[in-house]
Amino acid sequence: MEILVCIKQVPGTTKVEVDPVTGVLKRDGVDSKMNPYDLYAIETALRIREQRGGRVSVITMGPPQASVVIKEAYMMGVDDGILLSDRRFAGSDVLATSYTLSQGIKKVSNPDLIICGKQTTDGDTAQVGPEIAEYLGIPHVANVRKILEIKDSSIVVEMDMPETVEIAEIKYPCLITVEKDIFQPRLPSFKKKLETRDREVKMFTLQDFEDRDEKSYGLNGSPTKVERIFPPEVNNDRRMLKGNPEELRNKITVKLKELRFI
Amino acid sequence: MAKLIVNQEKITDIDALIKICPFGAMENKNGILEINASCRMCKLCVRRGPEGAVVYVEDEVVKVDKSKWKGIAVYVDHVEGDIHPVTFELIGKARELADKVNHPVYCLFMGHDIGHRAEELLHYGVDEVFVYDNEMLKDFRIEPYTAVFEDFVNRVKPSVILVGATTIGRSLAPRVAARFKTGLTADCTVLDIKENTDLVQIRPAFGGNIMAQIVTPNNRPQMATVRYKVMTAPERKAEASGRIIHCSIEENRLKSNINVLSVTKKQKEHGISEAEIIVAAGRGIKSEKDMAMIYELADVLGAEVACTRPLIEAGWLDSKRQIGLSGRTVRPKLIITCGISGAVQFTAGMNNSEYIIAINKDEKAPIFKVAHYGIVGDIYEIIPGLIENIKRVKEA
Ligand SMILES: Cc1cc2nc3c(=O)[nH]c(=O)nc-3n(C[C@H](O)[C@H](O)[C@H](O)COP(=O)(O)OP(=O)(O)OC[C@H]3O[C@@H](n4cnc5c(N)ncnc54)[C@H](O)[C@@H]3O)c2cc1C
Ligand code: SF4
Repeated sequence: MEILVCIKQVPGTTKVEVDPVTGVLKRDGVDSKMNPYDLYAIETALRIREQRGGRVSVITMGPPQASVVIKEAYMMGVDDGILLSDRRFAGSDVLATSYTLSQGIKKVSNPDLIICGKQTTDGDTAQVGPEIAEYLGIPHVANVRKILEIKDSSIVVEMDMPETVEIAEIKYPCLITVEKDIFQPRLPSFKKKLETRDREVKMFTLQDFEDRDEKSYGLNGSPTKVERIFPPEVNNDRRMLKGNPEELRNKITVKLKELRFI
Repeated sequence: MAKLIVNQEKITDIDALIKICPFGAMENKNGILEINASCRMCKLCVRRGPEGAVVYVEDEVVKVDKSKWKGIAVYVDHVEGDIHPVTFELIGKARELADKVNHPVYCLFMGHDIGHRAEELLHYGVDEVFVYDNEMLKDFRIEPYTAVFEDFVNRVKPSVILVGATTIGRSLAPRVAARFKTGLTADCTVLDIKENTDLVQIRPAFGGNIMAQIVTPNNRPQMATVRYKVMTAPERKAEASGRIIHCSIEENRLKSNINVLSVTKKQKEHGISEAEIIVAAGRGIKSEKDMAMIYELADVLGAEVACTRPLIEAGWLDSKRQIGLSGRTVRPKLIITCGISGAVQFTAGMNNSEYIIAINKDEKAPIFKVAHYGIVGDIYEIIPGLIENIKRVKEA
């Protein structure tokens, strides 16, 4: 069975600031790590491989340094890693990112199952998975919290919907996005680190794709444009109180009354 | 086509220019400046670098005819006909946007056995409700739902489509956006519309420390999702207005590779996501037995109890009660944080609460930056008396 996991490198800190003069983002590009939600997706893939055999690959789009997260995936037991990297991918929004990944997927493999994490910690809300599925013309289900059965031509999963729990069978090829409590992700192993030290990361650029039209990628292939970025409104009616406990609890009580909570 | 062009001869100090880039996307290759794949097209190098060193060029693109796309459409989110309240909130917003540009408001309602439920929508200021009622649409399955959505968009050509950021909306909206190769902005917190019908979408970016204003200037339809409880629902009007249009679609377009085997109703749990009042506990609580005062405070306020991650790790509460980046997002009317420092990973999950009261004995704790009412004091000295106070007020 061929399983592909989409992963992403995200900033290691949430410390981002807007330059007050230029309105531009200031961020340290150095400190980054694998999106924590992707670890659950990788773990799911590895568990399925343990049961059914086959190969697990990861794919990511990003700068050349993003190969670090692929190396990390190798240390967890992933077989192959693909990095899509090209200056012309810069400025991609969801649509362009999904398109680029779908082009990369078409180029390298024909996975039976694609697994994505629930979301990323740097602002994406799990839209990339469904959009990739659309570009590949395959079905997808989201919010998978359990794998119930892995059959020869389909997979049976349990999904966590707001008011219901749904069990569904999906034929391959398909894409699933998994919840974070699906499996406890394993830690990268030192032994695997040594074993995979020389394993290469396959790199592809726009030139390797079926669609080589620059207009489909990066800023040009992105229908959404960021007009401006600005700091969130700070909370102005902020008050801080000190005093003895008696006073303080009376003040809270008065406030709660004023706000009609009691 | 938009791209950056580097004019090497205009660069005075190559390393100074490289320092401008916040993403480390510029490299000095033997005295030649190169821009690599880390570039995010932030254009800072264009604006802040030496004049003309890096220039941004844009070619003319074929413009979409915006006048051909009219109307603000709302996807009706529902489970077996029970309409999710986010739908009414979106209709309210849609009406407001539509009135600014003189467009109609549409609803798209698909499912099975839902015809009679569509009437209800007419009490909220909708012009037309498009109903697709088909047995194959009984369960939410992505291929048939996308096919119906596509049918609707091709038929109505709405300028804007609003979708609730529910479990279904988050799955369906991106699929439709990719089918029409158009923009989708998730979890918008503010929506407005320009005279030229461009939707102004504002949302937190990069974990919520920064807001971004996003537009889809050259694609239609424009799609946005909005979380529940972000917009306000309009009052229900006694008389209905607008009309219902029944639509059909060829059954062969409703085929699916997904087979729903069972749907089980979950026990209605008292979750923190829906709570109007929350009492949240942090590591200021010294031992598990002290949680009793937190539960009692919650009890007298009719609140749910939530906590920070360390208490989950200690096993004192169920992980469903964790607020934050790796827990749940809450937006209650009131949250009282007790002995919580206010790490960003925690506040990311609660800083949109309507009113925040924080109790912490360290006046430098970052929680006070987000709190409306900051109480510098010891929870052990304040909470028991506070509970007594509240009881007294309620009895009075
Ligand atoms: C990737 C990542 C994700 C994370 N996700 C989450 C998440 O989802 N949710 C989350 O909560 N955390 C999360 N964390 C952890 C987070 O960084 C903080 O460590 C955590 O929120 C701190 O919890 P706390 O405020 O309860 O404890 P502390 O930071 O230890 O704060 C305790 C506070 O209590 C005060 N205090 C002590 N005694 C008293 C007293 N008697 N009276 C009054 N005040 C008192 C102290 O002054 C202190 O400010 C995450 C961390 C990482 C790295
Ligand atoms: S546009 Fe921004 S990210 Fe790209 S090279 Fe210039 S400064 Fe760096």
